[in-house]
Amino acid sequence: MFSIFGVPAPLLFGQLLLGLINGGFYAMLSLGLAVIFGMLNIINFAHGAMFMMGAFVAWMLLNYLGINYWFALPLAPLIVGVFGFVLEKTIISRLYKLDHLYGLLLTFGLALVLEGLFRNGYGSSGMPYQIPALLGGAVNLGFMFLPIYRGWVIVVALVVCIATWMLIEKTKLGSLLRAATENPALVQAFGVNVPRLVTLTFAGGVALAAFAGVLAAPIYSVNPNMGSNFINTVFAVVVIGGMGSIFGAIVSGFGLGVIEGLTKVFYPQASDTVIFVVMVLVLLTRPAGLFGKAA
Amino acid sequence: MTISRRALLGATAAGAIMPVITAPWAPAARAATSVVRIGVLNDQSGPYRDVSGLNSVVCVKQAIQDFGAANKGLTVEVLSADHQNKPDVGAGIARQWFDRDGVDMIIDVPTSSVGLAVASVCREKNRAYINVGAGTAELTGAQCAATTIHWAYDTWMLAHSTGGATVKAGGDTWYFLTADYVFGHDLDRETSGFVTAAGGKVLGHSTYPFPSTTDFSSFLLQAQATGAKVLGLANAGADTVNSIKQAHEFGLTGKTRIAALLMFITDVHALGLATAQGLVLTESFYWNMNEKTRAFAMRIKEKTPNNMPNMVQAGCYAGTIHYLKAIADMGVAAAKASGAAAIARMKAMPTEDDAFGTCHIREDGRVLVPAYLFEVKTPAESKEPWDYYKLLVTTPGNEAFRPLADGHCPLVHA
Repeated sequence: MFSIFGVPAPLLFGQLLLGLINGGFYAMLSLGLAVIFGMLNIINFAHGAMFMMGAFVAWMLLNYLGINYWFALPLAPLIVGVFGFVLEKTIISRLYKLDHLYGLLLTFGLALVLEGLFRNGYGSSGMPYQIPALLGGAVNLGFMFLPIYRGWVIVVALVVCIATWMLIEKTKLGSLLRAATENPALVQAFGVNVPRLVTLTFAGGVALAAFAGVLAAPIYSVNPNMGSNFINTVFAVVVIGGMGSIFGAIVSGFGLGVIEGLTKVFYPQASDTVIFVVMVLVLLTRPAGLFGKAA
Repeated sequence: MTISRRALLGATAAGAIMPVITAPWAPAARAATSVVRIGVLNDQSGPYRDVSGLNSVVCVKQAIQDFGAANKGLTVEVLSADHQNKPDVGAGIARQWFDRDGVDMIIDVPTSSVGLAVASVCREKNRAYINVGAGTAELTGAQCAATTIHWAYDTWMLAHSTGGATVKAGGDTWYFLTADYVFGHDLDRETSGFVTAAGGKVLGHSTYPFPSTTDFSSFLLQAQATGAKVLGLANAGADTVNSIKQAHEFGLTGKTRIAALLMFITDVHALGLATAQGLVLTESFYWNMNEKTRAFAMRIKEKTPNNMPNMVQAGCYAGTIHYLKAIADMGVAAAKASGAAAIARMKAMPTEDDAFGTCHIREDGRVLVPAYLFEVKTPAESKEPWDYYKLLVTTPGNEAFRPLADGHCPLVHA
């Protein structure tokens, strides 16, 4: 068995794979954020709360209605997406004419309120959510023991990321969305209902977060703080990838997951800071982020 | 794509200051009167919320009622606040409570780093301090104070009870998963000491950032690679729950024994018996021990239907009863004038309450409660909700804690 910097190679490969899995979560969350930034110019601080709500809705579906994981996977994002739709219509849409910071404050407040409500109802220790039987167990890859569920997460994350990217960059709907971002008045003049498009974009971004929440439920305990643990890292990922860049969000999500994973081997104490160190370095050398266009 | 970087950086910065916005609740400023004010300071929003939190407040209020404060002519007010697991926030609230709100005694204060910070504020202001929630044995060791009493458990007791039992059962090689702050370090160090003294070996440690870590898989993989027989969890609350859950996921539980060095009944509840069964843990209180503990637990459960009190919450109850007893004995004016005098009076009297029975308080401030080693029941063995523990071993209070001379507490004159 050979080793790299004193760490046995199999252990290192295992860490790389785990990093990619966590990166999958970062990518899915930053994707939703990037879409909302890009299209609505809203800094959605409630994104972590939506992720948490996705997990909670899955838990509630199972425990109150007996609906299992496979049905929760599409249902929970739908339910949280509808919640996002209502939120955008009633509250967030009022802020588009104001400075970005108002949107930030509003969504930040919403996140605190939502987390507080769930904390009041369900406490902070978390609720158990079992891995679905079909994805239970693990496979021995030779260099590590990989739980099948984690393998599933990485595959699903990749599929979702690529599908979202294709939707926005390659389809008619995507081109309308991008056009509406550049010049809403002109697109509206062509007969497109721009406010509806914006509302649906917000609901879609939120549903992505909720989807990641359902995927996360069997791994982490379903608890009200699960979103805020992620959200700061995810913001850093979006900044590093380049604001509003879908491709940047995906690549930097996975990449930073790996960097964080490696830090956990060599100096675990720094594993929550390393992403911010990278953010500082990137901003010093490429102020628009790795894949962002300079304004 | 016109969002400015400045706004986005602002967003990231706002995340960092997020917790500051949840200000502690406090009544308007009042001058010192004959009213006794108790401040419950703990985590009400983070990983230790269920371990202490509002249930501790309920227990303190129950104690005031059970003591019959009103009938004895005592007016007692309870304040509470969230220290967010940050020493600076905790110390700030303590100062504000003493200087502005006329608080006489602070109780609970989980999270060792905060527990120690508040201890020094209480010493400086000469106010009574009953720590229940924090684990560090430093509170009755080098950093002990004439104003401090430490109630339900400490890191030495946990290392001795759970760690000792695990080594005895054949777990002689250990890997530690350690929360990177004073409590995790203390627990890791004390347990490592026991393991090596018993002829075992410590194969490694992963010290992870607290409280921002939720994914432990990377550390679990490192533990697996060393082939250690025991995975020692030097953490608490939601971190312990997540570590155990993920250890199961990565198949560590077959060959490796998990020693959850600090685990509460609330954590077992969060994990579910299917995952938690067979774990060995130490608490100094279990609701189903005898008539009195059951009666006490039911009084609390009426007010918090989704929870059963653990040793920290029971400790808040017992500590408040004993404090009020001392005050009734020495007079409100004298107790308000000097926290150290109130604590001295508490040390001079044996404690007596429904949760812990009769115990003594040592001169270094350590309450000598018995330590119970429990095994978590299987789902089949559990007959009713919250029926989780089987008692394995009882260590009497005078053996459960670090010997007085080893603590190097300056208050102790050899």
